[in-house]
Amino acid sequence: MNASRRTGLVFFPAFDWAISPDHPEREERLLYTQDQVFEEGIMDIEGLTELKPRLASPDDVQRVHFCVPDIEHSVTESHLISAGGCLVVADALMKGEVDCGFALVRPPGHHAMKVVHGSRGFCTINVEAVMVEYLRHQYGVDRIAIVDTDCHHGDGTQDIYWHDPNTLFISLHQDGRTLYPGSGFPEEMGGPNALGTTVNVPLPPGTSAEGFLYVLERIVLPVIEEFEPELIVNSAGQDNHYSDPITNMNFSAQGYAALTERLQPHIAVLEGGYSIEGALPYVNVGIILALAGMDYSRVREPDYDPDRIKQSEMVTAAIRQTCDQILELRKSLPAKREKYVKGSQYVERTRKIFYDTDGFFEGQKETVRICQECAGLVSIDSWADSGRRILAVHVPRGGCEVCRATANRWFDNASTRRFDLVCLQDRVAGTYQVKRA
Amino acid sequence: MILGLDVGGTHTDVVVIDGDQVVGKTKMLTDEDNLIESVCFSILECTGDLDPQDIQRVVVSTTLATNAIVQKRMPPVGIVVVSGPGMNPDEYRIGEHYYPVTGAVDHRGMVIQAIDPQEIDILRTRLKNAGVERVAVVGKFSTRNPAQEQEIAHLLADAFPTVVMGHSVSGQLNFPRRIATAYLNAAVAPMSGEFYRAVQTCMERRGLMIQLEILKADGGTMAQERSLQYAVETILSGPAASIMGALPHADPHREEIVLDIGGTTTDMAVLVGGVPLLEPRGISIGGYKTLVRALRTCSIGVGGDSWVRLEKDRLEIGPERKGRAVAYGGPEPTPTDALITLGAATGGHRQRAAEAMRRLGYQLKTGVEETAAMVVEKTCSLIMEGVGRMVDSINQQPVYTIHELLEGRQISPEGLIIIGGPAEELALPLQSMSGWSVKVPPHHEVANAIGAAIARTTCEVTVVADTEKGYVCVPEEDYVASIDRQASTQEVIDLAFGLLKSKAFRLGADEDDLEMELLEVQEFNMVRGFSTVGKNIRVRTQIKPGLISHYREAAA
Repeated sequence: MNASRRTGLVFFPAFDWAISPDHPEREERLLYTQDQVFEEGIMDIEGLTELKPRLASPDDVQRVHFCVPDIEHSVTESHLISAGGCLVVADALMKGEVDCGFALVRPPGHHAMKVVHGSRGFCTINVEAVMVEYLRHQYGVDRIAIVDTDCHHGDGTQDIYWHDPNTLFISLHQDGRTLYPGSGFPEEMGGPNALGTTVNVPLPPGTSAEGFLYVLERIVLPVIEEFEPELIVNSAGQDNHYSDPITNMNFSAQGYAALTERLQPHIAVLEGGYSIEGALPYVNVGIILALAGMDYSRVREPDYDPDRIKQSEMVTAAIRQTCDQILELRKSLPAKREKYVKGSQYVERTRKIFYDTDGFFEGQKETVRICQECAGLVSIDSWADSGRRILAVHVPRGGCEVCRATANRWFDNASTRRFDLVCLQDRVAGTYQVKRA
Repeated sequence: MILGLDVGGTHTDVVVIDGDQVVGKTKMLTDEDNLIESVCFSILECTGDLDPQDIQRVVVSTTLATNAIVQKRMPPVGIVVVSGPGMNPDEYRIGEHYYPVTGAVDHRGMVIQAIDPQEIDILRTRLKNAGVERVAVVGKFSTRNPAQEQEIAHLLADAFPTVVMGHSVSGQLNFPRRIATAYLNAAVAPMSGEFYRAVQTCMERRGLMIQLEILKADGGTMAQERSLQYAVETILSGPAASIMGALPHADPHREEIVLDIGGTTTDMAVLVGGVPLLEPRGISIGGYKTLVRALRTCSIGVGGDSWVRLEKDRLEIGPERKGRAVAYGGPEPTPTDALITLGAATGGHRQRAAEAMRRLGYQLKTGVEETAAMVVEKTCSLIMEGVGRMVDSINQQPVYTIHELLEGRQISPEGLIIIGGPAEELALPLQSMSGWSVKVPPHHEVANAIGAAIARTTCEVTVVADTEKGYVCVPEEDYVASIDRQASTQEVIDLAFGLLKSKAFRLGADEDDLEMELLEVQEFNMVRGFSTVGKNIRVRTQIKPGLISHYREAAA
């Protein structure tokens, strides 16, 4: 058995971590995947390397997140290992040991935003973003595309890269009007300095392989081609599966494998997927074989019946319409930016964020500096029902001197009487400073 | 008294041990054309003065099956594969008589597609007509539910003298390895059986009326009558024998490396607190990856007779062997020549060895002794690099729980136990290079035979219980039973130990040698919708590889 592409695999089922004993995100989740992967002899395939995960460091996390009150209280070891598993794959890829890799880790990460007051959608830290920023810090990779194929909108990853013109974030997901977290509409296209590098493709319930592959050809691949990334990352959530208990889609193992084969991500990271017996074992094996360039034609679920999960003509029509709308919106980006900025120096947005896993709301006022020189500094004034208020100031990679000086001024001037926590994340200096009340 | 016999490709070694004393040893060249004769002669030679009544145990280790596999001298085997969905079964093809058939079992042991008896019937005729006499029947997830393998084996039983079922060779998951293991078992069983029966006969001729035991790759033994069923477990028992031979000299309080330095290769293994590590998935042999439980060993192409030469002004040693040392009339210089030149080893023609070193040194622009010292140092550094790589690969093994990652103890050896031909001569330079303690056991030249003699019976039992479906399955033992829906993990552990014990007795273990341990315990709540419907419990137990109590006590 030989892989035609050298593939690195981190398998970390975290058999001793759960949100709660009967939560979908629990110890059992990757058990049957492990059975299937082991029984198929996947780890023995020539050219496929099983890598041992490690712990991500606090520095790795602070490159991405503002943790409230701090990393020790926000992040468990399981999260650090999940992120560390991704880092191990990134290392193997950048050292040229593998051509691609798959981090089959839990817990997932794509709902975790820049500011972390608690857990959202079973996520606490964004393991992909931790990996992406590590790739930049450690190896100087600049342009990266993240394609999120989880059934839920990757709102956390979107938030983290909303203002970054060098990260293309594309999310394919079940329409936010019908599923958590309720966001991810075509109009969400990125902040003023990065308009167009966020792409959202909401799909109607009942979308099957046909629809996903259509979006891939019509939107995903052309947008990636235009963006010219150095690396493609796939947030490989598997809850679009027809048997998933918490979603309403009709994707299959064959579909996931075909999508992976055409997308050819350098690194795939497991996200959600809660049909742990009927879907995960088959979808994961399909993705691994597709990544490794092997024959996946016989990977199918025991109850697979393509006719039963075929998408309706109505669904097909709706998907075509959404794609047309997205392409139309992309044509008007410069005009949209003008309207957005209206000559002002700073653009603000306010919003409310629900922490469903922990059960509270966060309010945010975000300010971004409109900058011609760099991606622009960002500050977030954030207060949560859990009781804490934080000012988070972010200087982007390659931030200009004016943005840096402004950020420092904001950080120095912020009063610890007003904020429990004031943080400055300076990606130019590579530092993370904190002032506490 | 106990007798150990190691039948290697070059030498046949026999030892007789009384307490912890080696009271007799012979080392003879193996005559491969008259294998049984040379084995019988060795036994006779070594036990000549003894009363056969005094010998209570005879254990043999042989490379017979190993060589047959490595040299691809195997009879045709029909392989019937029930793969179901997943990887394309053509990827695992072995030989000309390989047939994927209809049928499928899933990861929980549910039959999702029935087999087709007519298809098997046609296959049976086809294999018969092709002159095939041995068949291996292997199903994906047969370790969760062996029913389809049993059905097919039943349909073929009367037509073929040997039918091996996949689930009986190992309880571990890995379908391609199970196919290879069942195949090798079917291929080597008759040949091994014949050899062991012949050894038993020559023992009887010598008046040794006891049951022969056979060494396995995991450093344990099993009774000869069981060897037909588990023949494949005896492959690669050679390295296991030498590790077991080093075991009496192990330090129970630290991590050590066993080095068996031979002519062409050096085999190495790790002891943790005096217990050898096992290969996590099973050994590879002759290009086949198997599920055969084995001690974790690693072999590098450096030994006393390795070819020493210059390549682009750099000293290179091995992995090729051109023949014996120049001192013994060989064509090319070897590390042994270097040792002889330095006076560290005696024997052979020292003048010729020195001349070979002089020629090497001329090209390197160094003196004779300096060159010899360089060769010895390079030999030792290659060995120590091999040790480093093995330790790294053990420390890089994947982990599946937070606990394992955080508690993951890193192996850091502090000692060497060296056996094999150049053991004594290389001990000092290896000691100064590694800074570790170095031991060279007495009788190390027959360590293999000693290891075979003093190894205890070992075995493994894997139990999977599913309390939702109310069943428990122990594939290697053909044990499928119902289990209480409220069953606890402790009950499953007890069941596993009970079955392990009876399996050990069946394989020839003594009551005193049942050092049982849990290798793995996992318990998962199975939640469907949002309520717990049952538990999935997985337990793996083993008899630890180690020394028989008889010997342990004597050595203490």
